[in-house]
Amino acid sequence: MTTYADTESLEIPRVPDWRAGLIWIGGALAVFGTYLAVLYAPTERTMGHAQRIFYVHVPAAWVGFLAFGVVFVCSVGFLATRRRSYDVAAHASTEVGVVFTTLAIISGSVWGRAAWGTWWTWDPRLTTTFMLWFIYAVSLMVRAYGGTGSQSGRFAAVLGIVGFLDIPLIHLSVVWWRSMHPLPVVARPEGFGSGLHPAMLQALLVNVAAFTLLYVALFGIRRGQLAAADGLASRRETQRIREATLAREGSR
Amino acid sequence: MTPLGTISRLVEKDLTLEWRGREILTAMVVFSMLVAVVFNFAFSPSAEDAGRLLPGMLWVTLAFASTLGLSRSFVLEHDHGAIEALRLFPFDPSLIYVGKLLANLLYLLVVEALLLPALAVIAGVSLRSSAGPLALILVLGSIGLVAVGTLFSAMSVNTRIREVLLPVLMFPLAAPVLISGVRAMLGILAGGSLSSVLPGLRILGAFDVIFVVAGYVIFEFVLEE
Amino acid sequence: MRAIEVAELTKAFGPIQALRGITLGVDAGSALVIFGPNGAGKTTLLKTIATLIRPTSGSVRLFGVDPRADLRLRAQIGVVSHQSYLYPGLTGEENLLFAARLYGIPRPAERVARLLETVGLTGRAQDLVRTYSRGMTQRLSIARSLVHDPPLLLLDEPYTGLDRQAAGVLTALLDAMRGTRTIVLTTHSIEQGLALCDRMAILVDGLIVYEAADGLRDLRAVERIYAECVGVPA
Repeated sequence: MTTYADTESLEIPRVPDWRAGLIWIGGALAVFGTYLAVLYAPTERTMGHAQRIFYVHVPAAWVGFLAFGVVFVCSVGFLATRRRSYDVAAHASTEVGVVFTTLAIISGSVWGRAAWGTWWTWDPRLTTTFMLWFIYAVSLMVRAYGGTGSQSGRFAAVLGIVGFLDIPLIHLSVVWWRSMHPLPVVARPEGFGSGLHPAMLQALLVNVAAFTLLYVALFGIRRGQLAAADGLASRRETQRIREATLAREGSR
Repeated sequence: MTPLGTISRLVEKDLTLEWRGREILTAMVVFSMLVAVVFNFAFSPSAEDAGRLLPGMLWVTLAFASTLGLSRSFVLEHDHGAIEALRLFPFDPSLIYVGKLLANLLYLLVVEALLLPALAVIAGVSLRSSAGPLALILVLGSIGLVAVGTLFSAMSVNTRIREVLLPVLMFPLAAPVLISGVRAMLGILAGGSLSSVLPGLRILGAFDVIFVVAGYVIFEFVLEE
Repeated sequence: MRAIEVAELTKAFGPIQALRGITLGVDAGSALVIFGPNGAGKTTLLKTIATLIRPTSGSVRLFGVDPRADLRLRAQIGVVSHQSYLYPGLTGEENLLFAARLYGIPRPAERVARLLETVGLTGRAQDLVRTYSRGMTQRLSIARSLVHDPPLLLLDEPYTGLDRQAAGVLTALLDAMRGTRTIVLTTHSIEQGLALCDRMAILVDGLIVYEAADGLRDLRAVERIYAECVGVPA
């Protein structure tokens, strides 16, 4: 079983490493994606240029859910094997995921304001994303306040599993609830009429790829930081024990 | 001892303790009544509004009242190490979860039996014709609330901020219960039949099954050290 | 086959290393006392043997079996903790009956009545535990730990806060068990610990630094050894 001391070494990775590489690639792709979103993709018929926020909102929301999927898998892994690396990974994915989800919600809200005049619409997908944000926030609270050091990891893993199972149910219930107040057809992300113009789809996919790469890079970076913090705490403990033992022997 | 026998002994212990002090039930009932009255001050619903507002008021009140009962039910195990003693018995620790769940469900159902008629009277809404369907929705929803709440209350009792952490944990996850419960009751009160709110009943049922099973399986990970 | 066999046991709570490699064996019917300063890991060790704590690495075997693999083995273990394990809202008798029934004892009422008499609480059996003094609570906790007649008894600092009567009851009980039950006891009181045990061990910072099976009658010598192990300047 891995202990704290087995997690990654304290040596600072020499730049460039794979994470930095991914940031560069993801960043470049994001720039390209922005160009596609702003200049290449056709203007949407009813919402006009406001619709272009869609090219930020959808990838951000996608990454938010992807990150939570990673949290789920790592949580199951942690409870099953008790290896610290799973807990560290779940923690890192939670932190990065909440950032992207926040971005998704803010962009969704701004889009709603620009396109339909309201800061919030209870669109089912946006609402479910908002609930995901709450589950993330609670997960971070549990890690901060949840019992002793080893307990908070376990509790966060429980929440990661239960939360993941809950998301589909939340979505179904919101969809059913909103069926009482259907949104006008216009207010669908793809705009009037169904289906996406191929150029729109291309722009969207490039941005999704960019955001995903950035997620993977940030996840890797954060995971390395958390693992290093673990390693540091573990070395401090070893040092403390060594000093206590020396003090005892010294006083004989 | 059979699992069923173990569970009934655990429930019997909780009910005996509760019957002696009645702290949990009293707190939940008084709190619920107060909230119901405050809601009526806040909204001053007219006769037509009342039917529309009642399900929402009911479920919000129950959501908060349930956290009162749920957190107290694990505090009594935590304070003198009783939960450790329970973990020393030669039975599956998940049976502790089932026992707590059943006891908490009973307290919640008792509160609902008092609260629903009281709300109906205060709001001036007649429930007689729809009592059966409403009761079904209440029971399905209560099982869901208690399934999630029992698991999280076992977690939050260990933390510094236990009274705050439990509602914060529960409410996002119990959202499908609250949303579907309210929506289903609205449908019934508007004169619909049970089949008209079938999607909601399905969601509540699925929620109950998924979270009771998940709680049963995960509970031992919450307890262990 | 020894009653307890602990091999290379470690336990880490996050970065804190509570147990750093304990190897220890206890023969059936013998009594082991573990001394050590606060924070040494005595409670952690006892709870790990009792299956309450999951080891980080290493193994614990009770009567040759891994107790975490077979739940039923828990019926062989009795624990007296520094927490009472009792429900204040139930009477003394109800607390014992609850435990007896969950252990599946046949004729629980008889067993409970006998235990209450042994610890001298028959008169207060119908009173709520909330009304008991610390000494009475401890006596009831001891009775509770014996309700299923376990061959292995683990006691974590059981003398803490006891009045003379309760301490006397405890010592008498433990003395009567010697040879028939396996006992592991942790305590701060070297004098009381030595009176009861066949073997001693000193635990410091998660490791056993001293073990002995003889020389246990010389209180002064043991106190000196303890002071050396713990690093208290002479």
